Amino acid sequence: MATDLEAPVEGPRPGADEAEVELLGVTRTFGPVTALDGVTLRAARHEVVAVVGASGSGKSTLLELVCGLQAPDAGSVRAARAVLMPQRDQLLPWLDALGNAALPLRLQGVGKAQARERAHALLREVGLAGFERAKVYELSGGMRQRVAFARTLLAGAPVLCLDEPFGALDAITRAELHGWLTEVLAREPRTVLLVTHDVEEAAVLADRVVVLSPRPGRVVAEIAVETPRPRPATADEVVAVRARALEALAAAGGEAGGAREAGGEPG
Amino acid sequence: MLAALLFLLLLGAWELYARAGNVDDFILPAPTEVGRALYDDRGLLWDNLLVTAQEVVLGLALALVVGAALAIALHFSPLLRRAVYPLLVGSQAIPIVTVAPLLVVWFGYGILPKLVIVALVCFFPIVVTTLDGLRSVEPEQHKLLRTLGASRWQAFRWAEAPAALPAALSGAKIAVAVGGIAAVFAEYAGSEDGLGHLLLQAIPQLETPRAWAAVVVLAALAVCCFALLALAERRLAPWAHRRKDPIP
Ligand SMILES: Nc1ncnc2c1ncn2[C@@H]1O[C@H](COP(=O)(O)OP(=O)(O)OP(=O)(O)O)[C@@H](O)[C@H]1O
Ligand SMILES: [Mg+2]
Repeated sequence: MATDLEAPVEGPRPGADEAEVELLGVTRTFGPVTALDGVTLRAARHEVVAVVGASGSGKSTLLELVCGLQAPDAGSVRAARAVLMPQRDQLLPWLDALGNAALPLRLQGVGKAQARERAHALLREVGLAGFERAKVYELSGGMRQRVAFARTLLAGAPVLCLDEPFGALDAITRAELHGWLTEVLAREPRTVLLVTHDVEEAAVLADRVVVLSPRPGRVVAEIAVETPRPRPATADEVVAVRARALEALAAAGGEAGGAREAGGEPG
Repeated sequence: MLAALLFLLLLGAWELYARAGNVDDFILPAPTEVGRALYDDRGLLWDNLLVTAQEVVLGLALALVVGAALAIALHFSPLLRRAVYPLLVGSQAIPIVTVAPLLVVWFGYGILPKLVIVALVCFFPIVVTTLDGLRSVEPEQHKLLRTLGASRWQAFRWAEAPAALPAALSGAKIAVAVGGIAAVFAEYAGSEDGLGHLLLQAIPQLETPRAWAAVVVLAALAVCCFALLALAERRLAPWAHRRKDPIP
């Protein structure tokens, strides 16, 4: 009676008790604006869930709720330790690229030399070799994003909340980093909530694509992607998922009419 | 370059006014006379400059330490901020000439009362700008630190303190301009040397050019201190001089 806070067994789907992120009927309002309205969303352990939606559909709000930076006005949020990669990189200007990437390790009490060494290896992997010593103001927008991305990974949390992590990148670098993220996740799997404007990115990277409507933010579609990663942008399923997501986005435009696809919302 | 040109222009105007106008030489000597005094009294001016410069620099350092510490205390305690901040603002209305003699009574004729007076005058702008600097960290940045697991102390160590550093130095730049005047008042209140002491003696002796020469040296001291602080700011906080956070 007293010890059953974890693992409710009545989950409707197999593996639901393994959910590392679970939002149930979450509503979040800011004055007259309803950013999120009755949003239910689960991410199983090591699942990659992409969240797409027009500007103002509450995507950033959703991530902040998962990271415990905001509290819902109604509904419940349960999540393992989640770390946020904010929409604006929020690099600290008084640290160099390496110092910024190493920050989470330093905050965990890792010594300076060791933290920088680990960050060094990761910066190399995201294609920033030679820029370790660069000041934040010397980096381009895309470089800053990659530093922020490395920082997020080094935080070592089981859940990653990435808010448009590849938004400022050119198509080639973006594709490169898609491949690299896929590799990293294969090597050390994490649960990922990936917010993006780009439905193709969502279809290439995610196990499931969740479409939100704008004001109020509601889940209007959930599309599963079965093809194993890495999957090319030209794969049949990617193309199909992309088309369905775009369709849902267009339909969601103004009024959030309910068309719920796939994913099987519980009763 | 432009400053030098403007300076020469002002100097020329002064020269013309002093020579042509009907102002007595004992009230306003021409720049050429001041220049001559600067040269003739160079030994005297230099010795007294060293005394005053020491008072200004050490007093400013004291103000930086005390001002930054106070700003941090005010930052961490809203209660203290509400209780003490208004008093601080009010304290700045007290003319330093009224408290200077008291400090001399307390601390004697040595350098200590001068340091205290300079620090009293200088610490206020430092407290204000440092506090603003500590509070300039954006809520978004605090959020990021929180998701990375930073404690309150770590947020201070990694974000607030570095953000406050250039702010504190800006405060010191404002303070140094009035620091020289504070040192002069402190020397007026009781001392055997320093540029203030020199002024105090030169004026009744009708050595007006020498008094003005002392003023010129004081101004040069302020400019030097200001330049040094600007240099320190550039060195210690180079990010503060670049474009601010360009949003991608
Ligand atoms: N702190 C806040 N105060 C007031 N309104 C807010 C706040 N945060 C979000 N909102 C509002 O909530 C809605 C959703 O905002 P949110 O930032 O979550 O959208 P988003 O989907 O991330 O948009 P974008 O794609 O432009 O980043 C918006 O209408 C926004 O104005
Ligand atoms: Mg957003």
